[in-house]
Amino acid sequence: MTPADVPTAGGALLALAILLPAAGILASFALGGRWPERIALGSAPFALALALAITGEVWRAGRPIVYAIAGLSPPLGIALRADGVSAVMLVVTALIVPAAGLYARPLFATPPDGRETRKAFTFWIMLQAISAALAIVFVSGDLFNLYVALELLTFAAVPLACVEGKPETLAAALRYLLFALVGSIFYLLGAALLYGAFGTLDIALLAERMRPAPAVTAAAALMTAGLLAKTALFPLHLWLPPAHANAPAPASAVLSGLVVKGSFFLTVRLWFYVLPALPAIGFDAILGALGSAAVLFGSVMALRQPRLKLLIAYSTIAQIGYLFLIFPLAAGVHPWTAMGWNGGVMQVLAHAFAKAAMFLAAGLVYESLGHDRIDKFAGAARAMPLTFLTLGLGGLSLMGLPPSGGFAAKWLLLGASIASGQWVWALVLLAGGLLAAGYVYRILAPALARAPIVLKAPPRRAGEAVALTLALVAVALGFMPDAFFRLLDIGRPALATAGLP
Amino acid sequence: MTVFDALDLAIAALVLGVAAWTIAAREMFSAVVGYVAYGLLLAIVWVRLYAPDVALTEAAIGGGVTGVLLVVASKRLGRLPQPEAGPGLGLKLAAAGLAALVAGLIAAALLYLPDPAPSLAPEADRHLAQTGLGNAVTAVLIAYRSFDTMLEKVVLVLAVVGVWSVAPDRFWGGRPAPLGPASPDPALVFLARVLAPVGLVIGVQIFWVGADEPGGAFQGGAILAAMAMIVMMARLMRPPRIGSRRLRLALIAGPAVFLVVGLAGPLIAGSFFAYPAGFAKPLILFIEAFMVLSIAATLPLLVAGPPNGEGEP
Repeated sequence: MTPADVPTAGGALLALAILLPAAGILASFALGGRWPERIALGSAPFALALALAITGEVWRAGRPIVYAIAGLSPPLGIALRADGVSAVMLVVTALIVPAAGLYARPLFATPPDGRETRKAFTFWIMLQAISAALAIVFVSGDLFNLYVALELLTFAAVPLACVEGKPETLAAALRYLLFALVGSIFYLLGAALLYGAFGTLDIALLAERMRPAPAVTAAAALMTAGLLAKTALFPLHLWLPPAHANAPAPASAVLSGLVVKGSFFLTVRLWFYVLPALPAIGFDAILGALGSAAVLFGSVMALRQPRLKLLIAYSTIAQIGYLFLIFPLAAGVHPWTAMGWNGGVMQVLAHAFAKAAMFLAAGLVYESLGHDRIDKFAGAARAMPLTFLTLGLGGLSLMGLPPSGGFAAKWLLLGASIASGQWVWALVLLAGGLLAAGYVYRILAPALARAPIVLKAPPRRAGEAVALTLALVAVALGFMPDAFFRLLDIGRPALATAGLP
Repeated sequence: MTVFDALDLAIAALVLGVAAWTIAAREMFSAVVGYVAYGLLLAIVWVRLYAPDVALTEAAIGGGVTGVLLVVASKRLGRLPQPEAGPGLGLKLAAAGLAALVAGLIAAALLYLPDPAPSLAPEADRHLAQTGLGNAVTAVLIAYRSFDTMLEKVVLVLAVVGVWSVAPDRFWGGRPAPLGPASPDPALVFLARVLAPVGLVIGVQIFWVGADEPGGAFQGGAILAAMAMIVMMARLMRPPRIGSRRLRLALIAGPAVFLVVGLAGPLIAGSFFAYPAGFAKPLILFIEAFMVLSIAATLPLLVAGPPNGEGEP
C-alpha cells in the first residue's frame, strides 16, 4: 500500500457518487413507464449534493480523498481516489447532465396515459448511465475499473446519438460505436500489458513501480491511441461530426460537453499519474502537435459548414485540440506547469458549459425555424433574441474573448507557452481564436440582419432559460477566485513528486 | 520435445490457420463457422495454460453465444439488399497493416515482460480463507473486485437497452423476432428437447461448483443462455415481450441484488461491498444465483435483437 492508497475521511462519498446513478439505472429499467424520467431528474439534486460534499472534503483535507472498496486496499482491491480536478469534474457533470435533462423534458416526455415509449425509456436511462460512467472515470484509481467506466460510457453515448431512430443517425451511431469499441480494446490491451509488467492495476502503485520497459512503451502507445479515438482528436475525429450533429440537442450537449472529456481525462490520468516517471519520449510534443492540427482543421471545417449543428460539432473538434496543449505545457516540474495545468482544466470546464449551451440553443433554433441552415438565418436573432444571445455568449468563450472561461483558459495556456519558451503553441492559440471568431460571426451576422422571418413556433421559454444559464456559467468561469485554482492544485501530480530527488 | 510440446505447437498452428481462414473466407456464413471454431480452439489453449475458468468462458461466450449471435445476424443481413461493393483494397490493406502493427507491438512487448511475471495470485490465495471460497477466480470476481463485476452487469443492462433502442417505435414493448426458421428442422427440435434439460442441470452445476472449482455464475449463466437459445431456435419458446415486468426483473436481478448487498456493506461489514466475516460464502452464492438468472436472460435477448413486429403471430 502506498500513502496514496490509505483510506481517508469522506471516502465513502466517492462510492456513493457511483452507486447512486447505478441504482437509478436499474430501478428505471425495472419500473419503466414514466419512472426513468422521474428517477433521472429526481436523483439530480442528490448527485449535485454528493459532488459538492466531495469537493468540500477534498478542500478541507487539502489532499486527495481515498476509499478502499470492500475495505480491501490495492493491489488486491480497488481504490477510489478524488483530487481537486476529480471533484470539480463531478460538480460540472452534476450540473450539465440535469440541465440537459430539464431541457429535454418536453422532447422525451411520456404520453399522458403513462405508456412507455422507446425514446423516453432510452434517453432517460442513458442520461443516468452517462452520470454513472463519468463518476467512475473521475474518481476511480484502478485501470480495469476505468475500463468498465469506458464501456459504460460507450454503451450510454451511442444509443443517445441515435435515439431519434432515423437512418442517418443510425449510420452515424454505428460508426461512433466502431471507433469507441476499437478504442476500448486498445485501452484494455495496454492495461493488460501494464499488469503483466508490474502486477497491479492501481494507478498510485503503478506510478511507484514505474520504470521504462518495452511493455510500458507499447502499453502507453496502445492506451493513448484508444483514448484519442474516443476523444475524437484529429485525425481520429471522423465519427464525431455526424454523431454529434444528428443527435437530439440535449444528447449532443452531453456528448460534446462531457462525454469526450471523459476519455480526455483518462489520457491525462495515464500520462500525468501513471507514467510521469517515464523519461520523455516525445509523446507530449506529439499530443500537442495533434491538438494544434485539430484546432486548425476543426476551425477551418467549422467555417465551411452549411448547418449550425455541424458547425458546432466541428468546433468541438477544434476545442478538443486545445485540451491536448496540456501535455507539453503542464508536464514535468517547471515553474510554468501550474499555469499550463490550470489552463487545460479551465478549457475543459469552459468548453463543457459553452458547448452544451450552444447545442441546446441550436436545438431551439431548429425547433423554431424547422431547419438549421445558416444561410437562411436572416432576422432570426430578432425573433428569438435569448437563443442567439446564448449562441453569442457561448461563442465568446469559444473565441477566448474576455470575460469568459475560454479567455481564462487561453490566457493561462498562452502564459505557460511563453514562460516555457514554446512559442509555437502560442501561435496556435491565437490562430484558433481568430478562426473561432470567424465561425461565430458566420452564425450571428446573418441572424442579426433586419429581415422578416416566420417562426414555426416561438422558442420554448424553459429551454431558453436552461441554455442561457449554461452560457452564463461559461462566462462566469472567467471570474473564478484564486481559491478555485488552489483546489485544482490539490493532488496535482507534478506537485506530488516535486519534493523527490 | 515432449508430447505436450508437440500438442501445443499443433494447437498454435491450428489457431493461426483457422484465424487466417476466417479472415479469408468469402462467404459470411463460412467466416462465422471459422470464428466459432477459432473460439473453441482458444478454449483449448486456455486449458493448456492452466486457466480452466477462462477456457469455460471462452467456449461459452467466444464459441457459443457470439457464434449464435453472428449466425442470426448473418441470416438477417442476408435478407437485406446487399451493398454494391465491399471495402476497397486500400482500406483492406490499411486494416491489415494496423492489425499487424498492433500484433507485432504486443508480441515484442510480451517478449520483454519480467520472468517470472509479477502476479497477485499468491495474495489472492492468501485472502481466500476470509471469503470461504475455494476458487480464487470466483473470489476475484465476486469478492476482491466485486465492484467491477457489479458494474459490468449494469453494462449488460445498458447493452440490452441499446439493442432495444433501435426498434421501430410502434413495436415497443413487443416480442423480438424468432431466432430460428418458421419450420425448424425436426432434428433441431429433437435436439432442443433432449439437450435443454441436460444443459439446464449442467449450467446450474457449473455455477454451484464455481465456489470451489472452475466454473461460476458467468459460465453457468452462459450455458443456461445457450439452452434458452436452442429452445427458441427450435420454436419451442418465443422470445419474451420486452415490456414484460417479469423479464425486466430477471434482467436486473443480478446487478440489483449485488448492488443492494454492496450498499448494505457499511452496516454489516464496515464498508461498501464488504461481506461480514464468516457469512461471506452464503452471501456470495446468493448474489451469484441471481447473476446466473440475469446472464441467462440477457444473452438470448442480445441475440434476439429488438422487437420488430415479426415476433407477433
